[in-house]
Amino acid sequence: MTAEAAAVDLATLEIIESALLNIREEMDAVVLQSAMSPIIREQHDEFPLVTDAAGNMLVGQFGSYVPLLLETFGDEIRTGDVILQSDPYLCGGAIQHTPDWLVLAPIDFDGERVGYASMFGHVLDCGGTVPGSMAATATSIWDEGIRIPPVKLFAEDRLNVDVLRIILNNSRTPEMNEADLMALVAACRTAATRVQDLCRRFGTATYQRACDALLQRTRDAMAAIIARHIPTEPVNFTDVVDDDGQGNGPFEMKLTVWREGEKAFFDWTGTDPQAPGPINLATHEGMFKMFVGIYLIMAFDPEISFNEGFHDLIEVILEPGSLVSPEFPAPLGLLNITLARHFDVIQGVLALCAPEFAAGAGYGSSPALTYSGTDDRGEYFQLGEISYGGLPGRPAGDGMDGHSWWPLFTNIPTEYIESYFPVTVQTYRSIPDSGGAGHRRGGNGVEKVYRFDSDGEITIQDDRWQSRPWGWAGGLPGDLSHKMLHRAGGETEHLPSKCDVVAVEAGDSLSFITAGAGGLGDPLRRPVESVLRDVRGGLVSPEAARRHYGVALTEDLQVDEAATEQLRRSGGSDSD
Amino acid sequence: MSLSLAVDAGGTFTDLVLTDTASGHTWIAKTPSASDPTEAVPDGIAKVCDAAGAGRGAIASLHYGSTAALNVLLTRRGATIGLLTTAGFGQILHLARSQTPGPLVGWLSWVKPDPLVPLELTREIPERVRADGTVEVPLDTEAARRAVADLAERGAEAIAVVFLHSYANPDHELQVRRIAGDMAPDLHVTLSHEVLPEYREYERAMTAVVNTYISPSVSRSLQAFGSRLHAEGLDCTVNVVRSDGGLMSSDAAAVRPVETIVSGPSGGVAGALAVATAAGFADILTLDMGGTSTDVSVCTGGEALISRDTVVGDHPVRSPSVDVRSIGAGGGSIAFVPELLRGLRVGPASAGAEPGPVCYGRGGDRPTVTDANLVLGRLPAGLLGGEITLDREAAERALSLLGSDLDMSAHETAQAVVDIANEKMAGALRIMSVERGLDPRDYTLVAFGGAGPLHGNALAGLLGCFPVLVPPSPGVLSAYGFHTVGHRNTFSRTLIRELRAGKDKDVTKAFSEMVDRAQAWLNAQGLTGGVLAYTCDLRFLRQGYEIEVAVPTGDGGEVLIDALAERFRSEHQRLYGFVPEAPIEMVNVRVEARGPAAHIAPKPQTVVPGDGDQARASTEQVYQQGGWTEAGVYERDHLRPGDAVSGPAIITQTDTTTFVHGGHVAVTDAWANLLISPEDSK
Repeated sequence: MTAEAAAVDLATLEIIESALLNIREEMDAVVLQSAMSPIIREQHDEFPLVTDAAGNMLVGQFGSYVPLLLETFGDEIRTGDVILQSDPYLCGGAIQHTPDWLVLAPIDFDGERVGYASMFGHVLDCGGTVPGSMAATATSIWDEGIRIPPVKLFAEDRLNVDVLRIILNNSRTPEMNEADLMALVAACRTAATRVQDLCRRFGTATYQRACDALLQRTRDAMAAIIARHIPTEPVNFTDVVDDDGQGNGPFEMKLTVWREGEKAFFDWTGTDPQAPGPINLATHEGMFKMFVGIYLIMAFDPEISFNEGFHDLIEVILEPGSLVSPEFPAPLGLLNITLARHFDVIQGVLALCAPEFAAGAGYGSSPALTYSGTDDRGEYFQLGEISYGGLPGRPAGDGMDGHSWWPLFTNIPTEYIESYFPVTVQTYRSIPDSGGAGHRRGGNGVEKVYRFDSDGEITIQDDRWQSRPWGWAGGLPGDLSHKMLHRAGGETEHLPSKCDVVAVEAGDSLSFITAGAGGLGDPLRRPVESVLRDVRGGLVSPEAARRHYGVALTEDLQVDEAATEQLRRSGGSDSD
Repeated sequence: MSLSLAVDAGGTFTDLVLTDTASGHTWIAKTPSASDPTEAVPDGIAKVCDAAGAGRGAIASLHYGSTAALNVLLTRRGATIGLLTTAGFGQILHLARSQTPGPLVGWLSWVKPDPLVPLELTREIPERVRADGTVEVPLDTEAARRAVADLAERGAEAIAVVFLHSYANPDHELQVRRIAGDMAPDLHVTLSHEVLPEYREYERAMTAVVNTYISPSVSRSLQAFGSRLHAEGLDCTVNVVRSDGGLMSSDAAAVRPVETIVSGPSGGVAGALAVATAAGFADILTLDMGGTSTDVSVCTGGEALISRDTVVGDHPVRSPSVDVRSIGAGGGSIAFVPELLRGLRVGPASAGAEPGPVCYGRGGDRPTVTDANLVLGRLPAGLLGGEITLDREAAERALSLLGSDLDMSAHETAQAVVDIANEKMAGALRIMSVERGLDPRDYTLVAFGGAGPLHGNALAGLLGCFPVLVPPSPGVLSAYGFHTVGHRNTFSRTLIRELRAGKDKDVTKAFSEMVDRAQAWLNAQGLTGGVLAYTCDLRFLRQGYEIEVAVPTGDGGEVLIDALAERFRSEHQRLYGFVPEAPIEMVNVRVEARGPAAHIAPKPQTVVPGDGDQARASTEQVYQQGGWTEAGVYERDHLRPGDAVSGPAIITQTDTTTFVHGGHVAVTDAWANLLISPEDSK
């Protein structure tokens, strides 16, 4: 059987890949069913990963941080061990703020290391100066709660109770964190069992060769994409994060892209220095490469498997001490905002390379509200919710109104919130005209109005309150985000997009408005019937239909054909 | 003679199974479906009555399942409907759960399906109920009146009413029904708390809206069906099969059609359970492989698992249904090589019934799983008793072309296509079992549908779940299953509270109220000997998903809280491998009422060991493990109980073909099932 020494046959390869994808799905299922934090459970802020023995990611969403983590940990990892860690500075930014707790379990078969399973999830609280552990006022990572260095949570299947006690003692929500942590561990163990099954079924050597082949074929496919779409002449794109919550900003982010031979270069040189406030983004190179890879795959051939086989084809240049490569102990709590902007910049620069990416910018943030206090029975409560906004107009169609840029995240049902927290949601809608006009309309931002039914305090994180999400190719920008606190007494306070522990009283209400998204292409090319449908559905006003789209409507929302034709012929705007 | 008739009106065929309720003897018929499912029925009834030599007057009851409701939803041919919501929440369908699909940047290419109710037919009504059921803002009846009039004027045939927390206090929704009834008596009105008295507004709204969307056409279609039967001289009770594998009256189905959307798959699972339990297998995996997709399910202890959430096309619906997972791999799934990746992929794109696989010779030019099976020698040259002739050379050319891209021969490519499709199905079955804390190796695989028996042997090999059971009539198992079920109805409500040791009068009271409703329903259906099952959804405080647990009760009907908590903890341990130190919380309480099933199991026949030679028709070459081998071809109709056929073998019958791999043996049991096992396990 000379064939056996050669490559793995294609059917086996496909089968092993399909099995690996199933493993990932199973990890999600295990965590979603038993985690407690609403951020993981309702909003799916959790990420599984399976690697080969060298730490190369085979399935998952992010590039593998495993090699660096192993290096940092130093000690031998034995069968049955589970490593826990939450310090962004000790894993090269694999996790990017302290509430992300990461576990890692080795996968061994027949005394041989065949891979690692890992997963991280966003716990509700890990201590620090504010509930939720992401203080806008943080001046260093010391303000952001417990940082867990890589430690053995389980040593050869035995739980390290003392470590767990120390960790949980540093959280405002210890029971939830414990359940979340055990859910992550259970998911990794499930993954390990499945990979062992594969080794048993195909033989360890075949399994390992298949892993190599899967990495190689993704590399080959990606090499073709890079050669086709990344130009040898550098192109660059710049955008800003509005502020760091402490009065500094805006902060520029600049990305330059070019190709040399088969390699693509992504150079962040020209990005502003790190911020005093907690918007710094500890960029992990492997993760950044995977983000770029996913963009390319999703636009050009979604059949390509996400693994990190192509990582040597991408070079990343980061300036130490910059916003995208901060130095210890810079605070990191609100990195999601900078992460969102970094995606806007990737999208913008790739759109200059290939029209498949032509789209506006989205709401560009991860708008978050925390409301905590003590209810009338004397019990502590803490509501954490992430909101969504407009998604950009894109080649495939209009941007969605009030949807999540981040995959799989979901909103929290109002009936759930009101069953558990002293709060009443009075409105949840998308805001007419807040999406940028375009041939493909940008999605509207959302307004959620919370009435607080108990005294307490709120913390808010958002961005895009000063710089509007841009449109593309003639599409107009989306509207800004905005937060208004209506006091029970009648006065209204306009809050900044990032603020900590604002005291609220029962009867106060908060209007939480997120940004819209940019449109794509000339609004005058938008089909009249699409404009009409938007107006009749209350998503676009008749005035905006006239001003931006050149569509004139009668009182009872019928199209005034003659006026419309004239408006569109004369270039749209009737100059008001 | 008293007869009962089951009719399964599918997209391609309408299957009929007639049963003698005294002896359990059955007759079957299959007839092509027309565009209107009721049109095929007269032909089918004539066929099956002829087969039985029975008059139509002898048919006392009829169990009806159809894909009509499902198709209305999937093809978006439902009614023009309106929606009333609580003020401030008119975009409930538009914003949905805000979710975009993965992976990262999934939104770039995602096409968001339009909601079933356009925003312009949605009206916000000032009113507000709080989570505890207290009224914060009374219903603005004038606004409700205006909205109903306005929507009716705009052509709405039906309206859904979805108010926040209506599960805790339905008064405002009920008021709207009275208002609408006074103003527009013909308007179908669905109240969210009636289709689903549980919290989570989007899911409740979707369930109500789907119900509203399909109810006008379903009620018309049921009426037409009734008239058609009457014209055919049938004057019997008509029961409609529910998604959870129970029956409901035709009248109830017209009001709550959302509960019948996936009746076909539920019938298949019920049929599989009936044949398997009769043959002594209570724990089964079902594999219903058709042309475009494959439905799989897990049944333990002779019971199908019931899921509370179903996704129908783009629409999440929270209505009880047999927990069936659909995989995009069927006989018609297309194999292709992605341009950049140079791998080999199978499905989810399907050649469907038209043009169908290459070998059907109807214009299909992309090789499918069926083509691969044909090239491997596993399919005879004709299907459906010769109605369809298969072009093996065309299939071979198509696979050869595909393989040339990959340096593989037509046969190697065919083998890979079949293996990849098998792996997809095995993966889905494995995830399904593992999610439920079950080990597939403890199960028996029941393979049916047009293509299930071709793949069952290989799948059992992957999952370790021998024997494979192939029922006598795998192509009409769903209609057969309709006979085996009884009436069923679920009564539930949301009752969120922490479980505290000792007694909880409110919980006991909630159950006794639901028991009263369930009993009243059983009485109204004229059912005696009904059974009530108590369950509730529990979770650790604020955990995301609930586990449904059977509720233990004491002699006086009181709920035994401590035993309930213990049951929940052990179930959590079994499913997830750990038990948090956290308070337990009750979320929904539920009473399920089941009427008796009239089904009589067929009697076992005498088993006489044999080799099945009398059924051997010919010998074919089949491709296995990289080479060609001889395989016997057997006619299923001529196999007798006790016959053991050694693989590789092909067993043919009108509605399906069974492939037995080398090293395996297929034994015909006393109920005429084929049981396939590895040879050494005999």
